[in-house]
Amino acid sequence: MTLLRVENLAKSFKGLRAVDDVSFEVTEGSILGVIGPNGAGKTTMFNLVAGALRPDTGRVHLGGKEITGHAPHRITAAGMTRTFQLMRPFYSMTVLENVTVAVLAGGAAKRTAREAAAEVIARVGLDRWRDSPTEGLPTAALKRLELARALASKPRVLLLDEVLAGLVPAERAPVMELLERLRTEDGVTLVFVEHIMAAVMRLSDSVLVLDLGRVLTSGAPEAVTRDPRVIEAYLGEDPHAQA
Amino acid sequence: MTTTTAPAAETAATKPLPRQPWNRHLLAIAVLTVLLIPLPLILPPAQASVAVRVLIFALMSIGWNMMSGFGGMFSFGHAAYFGIGAYAGGYLLVEHDVSPWIGMLVGMAVAAAFATLIGFLALRYKLRGAYFALATFAFAEMLRLWATNSEFVNRAVGYHVPLRPESSWWWLQFEPSSANYFWIALGLTVIALVVSVQFVRSRAGQFAKAARDDEDAAAAVGIPVMRYKLLTMALSAAITAVAGAFYVQYFLFIDPDLAFGSSVSIQAILPAVIGGVATIWGPVIGAVVMGPLNDVTATILRNPPPALEFLQGRGGLDVIVYGVLLIIIVLLLPQGIYGALRKRWSRR
Ligand SMILES: Nc1ncnc2c1ncn2[C@@H]1O[C@H](COP(=O)(O)OP(=O)(O)OP(=O)(O)O)[C@@H](O)[C@H]1O
Ligand SMILES: [Mg+2]
Repeated sequence: MTLLRVENLAKSFKGLRAVDDVSFEVTEGSILGVIGPNGAGKTTMFNLVAGALRPDTGRVHLGGKEITGHAPHRITAAGMTRTFQLMRPFYSMTVLENVTVAVLAGGAAKRTAREAAAEVIARVGLDRWRDSPTEGLPTAALKRLELARALASKPRVLLLDEVLAGLVPAERAPVMELLERLRTEDGVTLVFVEHIMAAVMRLSDSVLVLDLGRVLTSGAPEAVTRDPRVIEAYLGEDPHAQA
Repeated sequence: MTTTTAPAAETAATKPLPRQPWNRHLLAIAVLTVLLIPLPLILPPAQASVAVRVLIFALMSIGWNMMSGFGGMFSFGHAAYFGIGAYAGGYLLVEHDVSPWIGMLVGMAVAAAFATLIGFLALRYKLRGAYFALATFAFAEMLRLWATNSEFVNRAVGYHVPLRPESSWWWLQFEPSSANYFWIALGLTVIALVVSVQFVRSRAGQFAKAARDDEDAAAAVGIPVMRYKLLTMALSAAITAVAGAFYVQYFLFIDPDLAFGSSVSIQAILPAVIGGVATIWGPVIGAVVMGPLNDVTATILRNPPPALEFLQGRGGLDVIVYGVLLIIIVLLLPQGIYGALRKRWSRR
């Protein structure tokens, strides 16, 4: 069953077509990897889908309901949450408080919110930093915090914008495992933007390639990464080399 | 969310959640209240009136701190809400013989409604930072001009509260040196403090703080940012309106400048800035500094020493003193007195 359907989405910034006629579908319980060179429009596409930006044209459907142009908090309430490529913690709060706010926003009772947040924090492996202020946390911890905060609202669809970027390889493996478990154990549908090709190859059921705002191609990961146009878009580099 | 890797689950279970400060704040408020009750019986009348002035400053600034400290929306126009509280009380009492307590409630409601309206417009047009502050300032100035020119509220004359032959709680009027004024102001301030503790620990307060820290991230976790910002502004305005309503009954007089003047807005800002913005105790600590200072500048203006004779009868000295004080605090104690103390304690 299609859980997320995006049709002909477009957004221009002062004449620059950042996202140009992008369409794709995501089946419930599957993982879609989104790749593309810097400036391809991946983050902008997320902003359109998650409601942070209003598309010029096009539609977004979540679970059969149209959510185009809805405010981000309504889209989160409808079951789709995103993370930010540039980490955006609530800076005056500790890690626990950050996640507790998100749990509360999901409608949980105040009495149990902190325990629920602590569980999410343990699950993403942030326990060590649980009671630390977010100021001065290492990138790896902040990336996990993004993930924890998004998970706190118990989304059906999770939009992840480069959650592995900035992590050393040893830190990536547990996050990838976690993402896999989110799918298998919680049935979360994932759409993730990633430059690290090893992760894209390992996690994705299918891959969407954006270039200059347009869909270059999409399909099974092996097929897509062998596509000459994809290799061309990465300026002739072998995309596998980045892994 | 049940499954976790074994070691992580164990640490999560064994590590207790950190304690929260709210009940300690409430306890401190209770203790302080009890300690302060005898104060007006001990102090000479002149000092007792400074103490009342301190409480009025504290109330104004507790209100300001909610919107601008915890909510992060810098208001340079809280005179609007102070003035609405003062004029609602004054107007209803003088023109319609309504008890100041009811006037206070009406003032709170009107101030909250105005704050919501202004907040909605400012947020709708995405005013931020200095532009937002300017919009709040402009709104307070509009009210000042309106009050100065409107027959409805007696133009520049304002209102004199009529003296009653007997003391009365219902009419909030006592002997000028009565301890009751202090106790009422103390009661109102304590209520405002408790409200601000309960607000910050509440869902609404946590959402407001999240929206202050990062609006987009707050929306992304599902917080209706606009709704909670407006709620914060309304609550903030209502508290500052209480200060205005009490002010009229205590000084028995209000006019457009005393109610809506920009120095009133500064008086709402300064205690929190001196004491510590976005802290529970900041406005109170700052008010303890501001109250006596205000008294000193007023005395100097009334009776200047020979060297300062040119100041006789002039206004504006208080604003200059506030400005200097603000510069000193911002340079030396950017987090305010309470902020600096808390930092020192937590380092130990
Ligand atoms: N708010 C904005 N205003 C103007 N231009 C923008 C804005 N956001 C993005 N752009 C432009 O749109 C294009 C797509 O940017 P986007 O951030 O979506 O790319 P991306 O694929 O996420 O890149 P990266 O891999 O570097 O994260 C870029 O040219 C960018 O400069
Ligand atoms: Mg991006």
